[in-house]
Amino acid sequence: MDGARDGDARRELVHGLTKACSRHFDRAVRIDGLFRHSGGASRQTWGFDAIFDDGTIEKLVLRRDPPRAADAPPQSFENSLAIDRATEFAVMRAAGLHGVPAPQMLFIAEPADGVGDGYVMKSVDGTAIARELLRAPRFERARQRIPAQLGTILATLHAVPLAALPPLNVGTAESVIATMRRALDITGEPHPVFELALSWLERRMPPAPATPGFVHGDFRTGNYLADENGITAILDWEIAHLGDPLEDLGWLCVKSWRFGAVDKPAGGFGSREELWDAYEAAGGAKINRDHARWWEILGTARWGVICMTQAWKHLSGAEESMELASIGRRAVETEVDLLELLS
Amino acid sequence: MAQDRPTAPELLDAISGFLRNEALPALEGVDARLAFQVKVALNSLAILGREWQRGPTADAAELLRLKALLGHDGDLPTLNAELCRQLRAGERDERDKALMDHLRATIAEKIAIANPRWR
Repeated sequence: MDGARDGDARRELVHGLTKACSRHFDRAVRIDGLFRHSGGASRQTWGFDAIFDDGTIEKLVLRRDPPRAADAPPQSFENSLAIDRATEFAVMRAAGLHGVPAPQMLFIAEPADGVGDGYVMKSVDGTAIARELLRAPRFERARQRIPAQLGTILATLHAVPLAALPPLNVGTAESVIATMRRALDITGEPHPVFELALSWLERRMPPAPATPGFVHGDFRTGNYLADENGITAILDWEIAHLGDPLEDLGWLCVKSWRFGAVDKPAGGFGSREELWDAYEAAGGAKINRDHARWWEILGTARWGVICMTQAWKHLSGAEESMELASIGRRAVETEVDLLELLS
Repeated sequence: MAQDRPTAPELLDAISGFLRNEALPALEGVDARLAFQVKVALNSLAILGREWQRGPTADAAELLRLKALLGHDGDLPTLNAELCRQLRAGERDERDKALMDHLRATIAEKIAIANPRWR
């Protein structure tokens, strides 16, 4: 680790944030307490305080793709649905305006700020750390409330009018399977269990909805903040797209997102039925249970393939990262789960 | 030529001990992100230790099963690629008991190395 280089990058980031925030708030701002949130290797999240001349403090968050060196190898493996930060900003603002708990969005950074492709939002109280939410005594009340909150929030999210959203890509059941097969081919490591699962899923594919709906794409425990009263903000909108809303309901229940609370499919907090009932009670479309389970099984395979592609980012030289490399060895967890789900 | 001790697993243990007992305490509460990375490293070292112990036997057993399942000789990557092609083409599926027995045995060995606590 090159400490001197890290220090320089930090000073540059503080400088860029000072410039960007001064412009946005139209007054002198000092940036303090900059820290990087753990997790997210390619996409960084930084917390910081904006301190104004009258002493008031705003707790803010920068979400960005770091500036890339001109000679960096191309990101061969970005999810084809991935949106840029400006689109993510617009999606989150629209979701927030339509009742989804989301951070208050402030501004998109300008290229001249030198902080990379990113945006600044207000910080929201709460933690996203799954193990804390699932085990710490102080979250007992939150744990009781989260299953129904997840259902209610998803119903609200799926009701955001498409006209309020920026243009988004369409991702269907069919295209997800095709993308996963392509990823398996590119990494070139044969995985019979994933092939078995994809063929199984292909033969049982639910019909596409008549009109594609708004899908968060990564709606799961670990990607929302919660405090003692439950969920405070939905995060990680980077693969928001149009498709089958059941995709979100299935993905949320994938075993990998229960973080050890395996008997509680709804994100580790409750039953599928609690989640589904809350969703329907909040105005969500009637859920076809079989189709929701289909998306859960697809999600299990999808997370397994994502583990491989995360490792591939490191192995291909696109992004040197021990953390990404190590995720490759998590793919087998989903192979275990798939063999149980398919038999 | 045989290497001097420490053996590979002994060396892995020594590195893990250093990271766990010296590096991690120095980072916890100071740099949460680096502390997390050290935990990731410790987990990967534990995988390497288990792979050292079980990997060669597991690979040999997988190869034997694959030869029996596919009915001919070959190496592990080639035979696995052939099985994958058959599965993608729908020539075999989950109703094939020999296939499922093979996959269960293979994945049981893989998870025993990668994450024995997974359930």
